[in-house]
This record gives sequence, structure tokens and C-alpha cells, in this order.
Amino acid sequence: MRFRKFALATALGAVVAAAPLATAPASAETVLKAVMHSDVKIIDPIWTTAYISRNVGYMIYDTLFALDAKNDVKPQMVDKVDISADKLTYTMTLRDGLLWHDGQPVTSEDCVQSLKRWSAKDSLGQKIFTGFISEISAPDAKTIVIKLKEPTGLLLFALGKPSSNVPFMMPKRIAETDPGKQISEFIGSGPFVLKRDEWKPGDKIVFTKFDKYKPRSEPASAFAGGKVVKVDRVEWLAIADAQQAVNALSAGEIDYMEQPPHDLLPLIKADANLKTFVSSATGQFTMRPNSLVPPLNNPKIKQALWYALNQEDFLKATVGNAEYYKVCKSYFPCGTPFSTTAGMDGLLTGNAKKAQELLKEAGYDGTPIVLMASTDLPILTNLGPVAKQLMERAGFKVDMQSMDWQTLVARRNKKDPANAGGWNAFNTAWVSADILNPVLTAYMNAACDKALFGWPCDEKLEKLRNDFMKAPDLEAQKKIATEAQVEAIAYTTHIPLGEYSVPVAMRKNIDGVIDAAAPVFWNITKK
Amino acid sequence: MFGYILRRLVSTIPVMFIVALIVFLMLRLTPSDPAAIIAGDNADAQQVEMIRQQLGLDKPIFVQLFVWLKSILSGDLGESFFFKKTVTSLIADRIEPTLALAAFTLVIAVSVAVPLGVFAAMRRGSLLDRLVMGFSVMGFSVPAFVIGYALIYIFAIKLQWLPVQGYSRIANGIEPWVRSLVLPSLTLAVIYIALIARMTRTSLLEVLGEDYIRTAYSRGLTPLQVLTRHALPNAAVPIVTVIGLGVALLIGGVVVTESVFAIPGIGRLTVDAVLARDYPTIQAIILLFSFVYVMINLIIDVSYTLLDPRIRY
Repeated sequence: MRFRKFALATALGAVVAAAPLATAPASAETVLKAVMHSDVKIIDPIWTTAYISRNVGYMIYDTLFALDAKNDVKPQMVDKVDISADKLTYTMTLRDGLLWHDGQPVTSEDCVQSLKRWSAKDSLGQKIFTGFISEISAPDAKTIVIKLKEPTGLLLFALGKPSSNVPFMMPKRIAETDPGKQISEFIGSGPFVLKRDEWKPGDKIVFTKFDKYKPRSEPASAFAGGKVVKVDRVEWLAIADAQQAVNALSAGEIDYMEQPPHDLLPLIKADANLKTFVSSATGQFTMRPNSLVPPLNNPKIKQALWYALNQEDFLKATVGNAEYYKVCKSYFPCGTPFSTTAGMDGLLTGNAKKAQELLKEAGYDGTPIVLMASTDLPILTNLGPVAKQLMERAGFKVDMQSMDWQTLVARRNKKDPANAGGWNAFNTAWVSADILNPVLTAYMNAACDKALFGWPCDEKLEKLRNDFMKAPDLEAQKKIATEAQVEAIAYTTHIPLGEYSVPVAMRKNIDGVIDAAAPVFWNITKK
Repeated sequence: MFGYILRRLVSTIPVMFIVALIVFLMLRLTPSDPAAIIAGDNADAQQVEMIRQQLGLDKPIFVQLFVWLKSILSGDLGESFFFKKTVTSLIADRIEPTLALAAFTLVIAVSVAVPLGVFAAMRRGSLLDRLVMGFSVMGFSVPAFVIGYALIYIFAIKLQWLPVQGYSRIANGIEPWVRSLVLPSLTLAVIYIALIARMTRTSLLEVLGEDYIRTAYSRGLTPLQVLTRHALPNAAVPIVTVIGLGVALLIGGVVVTESVFAIPGIGRLTVDAVLARDYPTIQAIILLFSFVYVMINLIIDVSYTLLDPRIRY
């Protein structure tokens, strides 16, 4: 009997002892606790293109220009910009009252150095700086002058580039860091200050409101407008388990969850204390063929993929709920200025018969297509099996090799034959901010060895991308973007597999979430 | 005894060297590229190469090994590829939650399992004995994350007695610290209760059949006196072995529980480092775990001499 009592008492003791203890609220400070898509490992948003580092960048840094909700470029740190009549000289004046988090004033020299570091890393920055800019200078503390060799309609867009690498401004002494090395001081002029002493990788990263930040007077619109901070402190907690993040949201331990998996959305919708916000920015599933090694170095065999695949199957298998996906036969996100279906007639229809005919014409000998399939990122996991089935139905022989994403990332850089450690195709996803036009879309880079893994090599497409940079206005850009899409389809740089959105989940007392292509925390209120 | 301990300590040096060598080579031979991971999806080959050079990953593998071994010998475990922090400081940040979780779990496990095992042995064949053994099978069989989710559902979501996730450091107060540890410790404790209870029962049953136990009873001792003075001390060696190995497993094996409960301990650091191919961090953690294993084995061996005077080294 004594044993029984002891056992019961011990087993329940820990729970019962801790149960009645209540936690008192710490202070009246407004703290917004969020769980993002990943833990923050690297803060330097120029050193890496990782989205989570970009998101940190939007917290602590500011940009000279920014895209608004209509994807129009608007001044941000810049007060006004004068463009010479020949469109070769841009004179930008910084806003009054801009300060770094250490209290020092933001100067044009800081910005010039920041742009130089950014341009050494970012592909669009490199194109602009090496191809178009002849001189960049800071004649006085508030003025930046950029002189061009020839006009480009992309200069201001590049300075307001919304996704990695974003041209964030840093103090000169920090921006002088070798672009190949991480910065070790994280001082920006953005609306939040990084609490370096509270950053515990794998646990949380903390930002506090920058009291001396001077927002623009316009209303917030995507990355542009007034960045008015309405909470005192933002904490991003590292909760790797999505189910646990939803549990924590439900229990009120966190306020905001950036990317709840689609299969957990019914739980969130069923909770009266929670709500979701669907951004107009989307993601695009993509298949990337390797144009360098057989058999997908044969354009006709690659063309067969366009007929073999269809977007609906991929979207149903990965997202499931039609509320969060849409068929979009365009390289550029549907609803954005360069979106077009040009060149897509009859493609992506799952026409196995047509694909079989093309394979026969191409003399496809049944060489297996090594399809790399990542298994650890839920949003990508089902893309591989769907691609395999559709390709096999069309007569391809597919060797689907499952691996974790990081192994795939390493292997996709290998140019070896597919049967010797290389690869033929893999599926991934892009956010809309990265594929807004043919220059920004990294997979449309067809510069052979200088292109991204997959190494497409198409002189005509490269010329169109260069022409796009020189196009003087939107209409001219649209025309070239359409031609570039048609050419990229003909070459098959990559294949868009449909668009999806992942809502933000939050508690009902959270309002003011900005509709942008990356999560931003200004304008958010917590009641 | 002192000579034995010294010999064992000296023998850890080659063990650690072999572990270091294997870990280093295995990591370099796995298909991964930390530079590509760091660079991110939008990076081109030039950016990746720039990072690879900066991390020293472009150098021949034996040069990398030599540089690493040299830095270890000077007490420097290196700098994380990702966090811009020394590995030592990363581990130091994470050691408190893991040790706290391990200690809590051990206290719960031992204080529940040993009495359960003793009772089951003393009442062999009874209903409670069968229940204890049934619980043991369940404890071994049910994965920790299932138990964790069940406890979270009941105590955190439905009853709202305890937090769903997270770890509150002891510096923030005893109460939130205890509250943050209860559910993960109970989750982890289940398997150890099963293991220790079963071992206690088996070991005790063996001892209870010995002649000297019968003699003790014949001398008029009460069952409690027989248990505490004669049976338990003689059954202690295998029980202590299991508990000791349990400590080692707890230090290194809390990965799932730390992930489920979002506890920023060594287990989570291990997972994050492996997923990110953060070589310096992985290497340091495995060296640390190996050292802990070696030390715990040594402590167990030394403890035998205290529990059983017949054992001498």
C-alpha cells in the first residue's frame, strides 16, 4: 500500500505541484511574439540570400527606394530624386532626420558604400554597377549622384529591389567589410533595433522599436510608405515543430506565425481566437532541368516536359485547398506587370501523347532522368512524386532520388553526368518578389557557365534580358519581357508549376499586417 | 584506485582522437556543401565559391583536418559557419536547458522507477507487478513525441496548467523554470521509468532468491529491513549501470523532446547544426558527447567499488 501511494504521489507530483502556479504579466510593454519560417542563423542580408536574413534586414535596415503594393518604385530613405533629361544622371537627396541606431546621422557616404558592398554580391546589382554605372559619388552629406554610361529603366527598381539581396543601407564603417565576409556589427537605420545581447540562435531573436526612427508621412504600402512601429518589442521565437507553433498560437504564447503548413490551417480556422491573413504575394513552384548534361541537354526532350506536366496536379498534391493556389501559366507572377501567357498555348496540360511524340522525334533512348526530390521541406515534398508520375506517363524513365534539401542544394552545383553524382532535374519554389521580371528571375539567366545551376546557354535570351535593362519605359519593358518568356519557354530554362500562397496565422487581437512579399512588422498593433 | 582512474583518464585521449578523426572524415565525405547553404537559393557559383574560400573549405581535406586538430589542441573549438559565434559560446548557451532537462528527468525517473521496480519484485505475479511490466513495454514502445503531444494536449491546451513550449532560464525565476520543465521531463521520463523499473525488478528478483536473504528473514528481520539492508545494495550494480547510461543518453538523446517543446538545448543545436552542415558545431558537439560518455562510464565503474566491496581495480 505504501508503495502504491508513493508511486502515485511521485508520478503526479511534478504536474500537480507546478499546476497552480500562475504567471503574472511582466509589464505594460507591448510585446509581439512571432514564429517565422526559420530560425535566424545569419544576420548579414548581403552575405547570404536566405529569406530569413532578408526578413531581419527589413526589421533593422532601411532602403533608399522600395516597392509599394502595386510594385511601383517609391522613395524610402530618399526624399527626392532628380533625373537628368538624358536620363544619365540621378541626383538623390536623403530625407532629413535619418539616424543610425547608434545615434549618428545617416550620410550619403554611408549609402554609397552600402551600395558598393551590395553590388559586389547581388546579381542585379552587379549588372547595374558593371554595365551601366560610370560613377557613384557623395558630393555632400545628403546627396548621392549616380552617373550612367547609358540609360536603364531598372536603376531605381534595383535600388528598391524587394528580395534577396535587398540593398539595405548600413553605416560606412560596416559597409566597408569585405563582401565575402559576414559583418559583425548590426546597426541599421530601420524601424527596429536588434537586441544583440538577447539574440540566442535556436531560441529567439529580439527587436525593439527604434524611438528615433522617422517614418515617411505616406501610409504604409508593402515595403514603401511610413514604417510606423506600433509595438514596443518583437520577439521571433525558434519553434521548429509547426504543430507546436500552432499549439503555442492557440494557447496565446505567441501572437503571429509566418507560414503555418496548409494541412494545419483547418485547426487554425476552427479556433475562435485565431485568424489568418493571405498576402497577395505568392510563391511559384518550379521545375529546373539541367541543360548541360544528357538527356535534358536536348531541347526537344525538354520540350516534352512542357506537355507531360500540368500545374493542377502539382498544386493539388502540395497545397490541396484551392483557396491557396492558382494555375498561372506565366514565368512572372500572375497579376504583376509582366505577367503573360505568351508562348504557353497547349503547354502544361498533361498531354502525355504529345510528349511521347516529341520524345520519339527527339530519339530519347530511355536514359533515366535523375530527379532530385527533397523530403524535409513540407511544401516541396510532394512535387517530386507528382513529377515522376507525370513524366513516366509521358514515356520518360525517371530515377527519383530522395534527399534532404541541403543535400540537394550541394548536389545541384555539380556539373557531372547524372549517373555520376550529377542530376537532370529538381523542383523548388520561388517567392513572387524574386521573379517579377526577366532580369530578376534568376532561372532566366541563360549565360551558360555564369548562369545558376542547370546552366542554360541561350544568347538570344541573354540579349533580351540586356535589352530589358535598357528599356526606357514600362511598355517597352513589357514587350521585351513577353519576348523573353517565349524564348525561355522555347529553350526551357525552367517550368512554372503553379502559384500558391501561405497565409499568416495570428491571434485576433493582432491587426495592421502589411500586405508585402516578405513579412514586415511595422504598422502591426496588438490590443 | 587512483592509478586505475589515472589510466582510464589517459586512455580517453586516443579515444577522443579517434572520434575526432571519424567525425571529421564522415562529415567531409557526406554529400553536402555548407557554402551553398549559407549563400542561399539566389546565389550564383561565384558567391558560393567566395564563401567556400572564406570558410577554408576550398583547401585539401587533410589541411582542413590539420588546422582543426591544431585549434582543438589549443582549446579552440572553432567558430560556427553560420552564427558568427564561437562554438564554445554556442554550447555554453545551450548547456543549461539540456542539463536541467536531464536532471529533472532523472529525478522523476529514479524516484518513480525504483519504487515501482521494487514493489513489482516484492509482489511478484500480483496485479501491480503486471501493470508495472505492462507500463514498461508501453514506455519502450511509444515514441517520445507521441507522449509529448498527449501531455501537451491535456496539461497545456485543455487544462492550461503549463506552457505549451519554450524554456525559461533559471535566472528568470524558479517558478517559470519549473513550469517549463515539467512536461518535457515527464515525456522523457517515461522511457527511463520503464527501463529502470524493469531492471530494478529483474535484479531484485535475482537477489531475493539468494540464500542470505532467506537467512535474513530467518533472523527475524522485517521485509523492509531485508530490502534496504541486504537486497537493494546487492541489486544495485545493474541498476546504477542503467541509470548511469541513462544520464549519458539523456545528455545526448533529448533531440526529439527538445524539438517538440522548443527547448534551446544541445539536442536542438545538434539538429540545427546537422541540417545546416555546420561542421565546426557538429564536430564539437560529438566530441563533447563522446567525452561525457567516457566520463560517465568511468564514474559508473568507480561507483561499483562503493556498492560492492568485492569489486576492486
